[in-house]
Amino acid sequence: MVGPSASAVADVLVVDGVISEVAERVDAPAGARVIDASGCWVGPGLVDLHTHLREPGREAAEDIESGARAAMVGGYTAIVAMPNTEPALDTVALVAYVLDRGAGTPIDVAVAGAITQGRRGELLAPMAEMAALGVRLFTDDGVGVQNPSLMRRALAYAKPLGVRLAQHCEDELLANGGTMNEGVLSGRLGLIGRPALAEELMVIRDLELARLTGASVHFMHLSTARSVALVASARAQGLPVSCEVAPHHLTLDEGACEGFDPLFKVHPPLRSSEDVAGLRRALCDGSIDAVATDHAPHPPESKDLVFDEAPPGMLGLEHAASLTYEALGGDSADPHRFFGVLSRGPSRVAQLRSSDDRVRLSAHGGDVTVGEDANLVVFDPAQRWTVDRERLQSKANNTPYDGRAMLGRVRTTVAKGRAVLVEGELS
Amino acid sequence: MIESIRGRSLLTLGDLDRQAILEVLDTAESFVEVNRRSIKKVPALKGRVVASLFFEESTRTRLSFETAAKRLSADVLSLAVASSSVKKGESLRDTIATIDALGIDAVVLRHRSSGAAVQVDRYVPHVRVINAGDGLHQHPTQGLLDAFTIRQVLAERAGTTGVESAGELFAGLRILIVGDIRHSRVARSDIDAYVALGATVRVAAPGPLLPEGVEEWPVEVVADFDEALQWADVVGLLRLQAERGSGSFVPTLDEFTRTFGLDERRAALLSPRCLIMHPGPMNRGVEIASRVADSAASVVERQVANGVPIRMAVLYLTVAGSSEGIRA
Repeated sequence: MVGPSASAVADVLVVDGVISEVAERVDAPAGARVIDASGCWVGPGLVDLHTHLREPGREAAEDIESGARAAMVGGYTAIVAMPNTEPALDTVALVAYVLDRGAGTPIDVAVAGAITQGRRGELLAPMAEMAALGVRLFTDDGVGVQNPSLMRRALAYAKPLGVRLAQHCEDELLANGGTMNEGVLSGRLGLIGRPALAEELMVIRDLELARLTGASVHFMHLSTARSVALVASARAQGLPVSCEVAPHHLTLDEGACEGFDPLFKVHPPLRSSEDVAGLRRALCDGSIDAVATDHAPHPPESKDLVFDEAPPGMLGLEHAASLTYEALGGDSADPHRFFGVLSRGPSRVAQLRSSDDRVRLSAHGGDVTVGEDANLVVFDPAQRWTVDRERLQSKANNTPYDGRAMLGRVRTTVAKGRAVLVEGELS
Repeated sequence: MIESIRGRSLLTLGDLDRQAILEVLDTAESFVEVNRRSIKKVPALKGRVVASLFFEESTRTRLSFETAAKRLSADVLSLAVASSSVKKGESLRDTIATIDALGIDAVVLRHRSSGAAVQVDRYVPHVRVINAGDGLHQHPTQGLLDAFTIRQVLAERAGTTGVESAGELFAGLRILIVGDIRHSRVARSDIDAYVALGATVRVAAPGPLLPEGVEEWPVEVVADFDEALQWADVVGLLRLQAERGSGSFVPTLDEFTRTFGLDERRAALLSPRCLIMHPGPMNRGVEIASRVADSAASVVERQVANGVPIRMAVLYLTVAGSSEGIRA
């Protein structure tokens, strides 16, 4: 049994969706389902800050139900649905639709609303109305809010609402339509590069806008060591900022693009091996609040296009825990840090630490202690397995990890007191 | 590094070693003779099927490849897949699968996107893929025919033959490549070929038209264009790729011409034996003055003529070069 801040060898009893007893030995009441987790880490269910569920609009790639299944396989008990659907989640009606559909799944589906109408980066979306419905995070993800004046206005508007803006940091003018990291390799391959600076400039801009407005900003899928260092330094100065990294930026570098396989195309792009090493160091030293998947399903035909026309993005939910374990050092990974970046950190950013009746969401990211909502995961740090793109729960199969040998796997997921995944099988 | 393209696809010159390049040049030498005959045909690829698949318009490269295939007695499937018939968004994999179903031994592929030939090679591993230009990435047969042309002219001057000289004429040869390096697949292939053969390569371009990471390339970036012109044994000019937006990388075409065009004043700085090359089509009056293009130093027409024997050599080596792995 491991929490973000405590660990012990113990039995855990769950009754009516709540942890009712934690002790060295608990006798199972008659009729209780017993799950053997010997040798495993039992911790709070994982929380993904960054899930593209594609519903409404692109259900051929994923829908809320299939995305939730993929999440459960990955150990997630809560996910935050990104608003870049078609249409974008920029009104109360659309947010309510996704919340309702999410409530029909065994896990908690929170919603991030759009910052601007249609995510067009022109006019503010009705954030106050969406906030009243329980939305706590807003983003135009897919692109960042390019106009600094509009971003400033959005922050000033968000602050008194108690909500947080999450930014996809890439200055699109500097990114210049590029398709991979800018560097020696992009020059040699004849692919237009997206420079690291395109990300870092917007990080710098929004750190300063956070300073100016006093509003909090969450920096999404940071991909360079410098971006993370900038956020860490601003936080040390007391700015209300947080950041996430994606599993692929911790485990793949730009060299993967050498074969022009669109499975490795993603925005922000896979960076240099130095950046990967820098992000891993930052993950281990606590500079990073959350690992967030940026789970981006695409139908197979779209990844059969040429590299510069294929859409960016890759799957994440079903292997993020294993990849995070790898990035934290595998055998030497710190279990507190593991649950810190996969559960408590993201729960704080998404304000999911306490339950919210308006949106019918339970509490996430706590220690495994009596009284906490029973959102739990059993992670076996010794299990070896191989990714098979034909055996994913996601509707899509655009994983860049097909055939990759992994160490550590989610065995069981308990969502709101219910065992939804047992020994790797959905139930 | 690859030592021979026999029985393999040709996607890039970046992974060919000197031996592999010389093998193509020497093989092409034997096909030059075929092209001088009254009956310009050999049965080397009789019964083989070569698909010519141009997703991007190109008259000269396409004609050159198709002529080469026919002179080797291959059957040529020329597929109309210009932008009008393949809508943006159609899967490259599907298009290739359709053509593969017709029964082919090789695909000659031209595509506006970098890496398209590499992807196609993955889709149909049993078919030889010859990259006829992919985006900004590579144009391997152009690099080979440029190297071939240089060797041919220098060998003639030295009173020897290309085959006898092997690669010796390239040792220390001073080659200057000028213009839109950033957007040029020709420059990338040329540099790979010249460096593998032992030449010293410099590049000259306005800053924005240099590729990212050029400081890591095995070339020297020229600071003084006039000085470099005096230094060079060969000057290779490149077309300004206006269709790829190169126009916005320099203030005006006029300024580009004034600063990096090979006008008559600059041509006078060249050593009298310097060769002037251009992969065509030329923007006369932009990167090269018309009179310079037509001067004795220009080997532009030879480059075009050598396209056929080089492509014959590439088709021959890749398709017939290995009996196993090719469908009967």
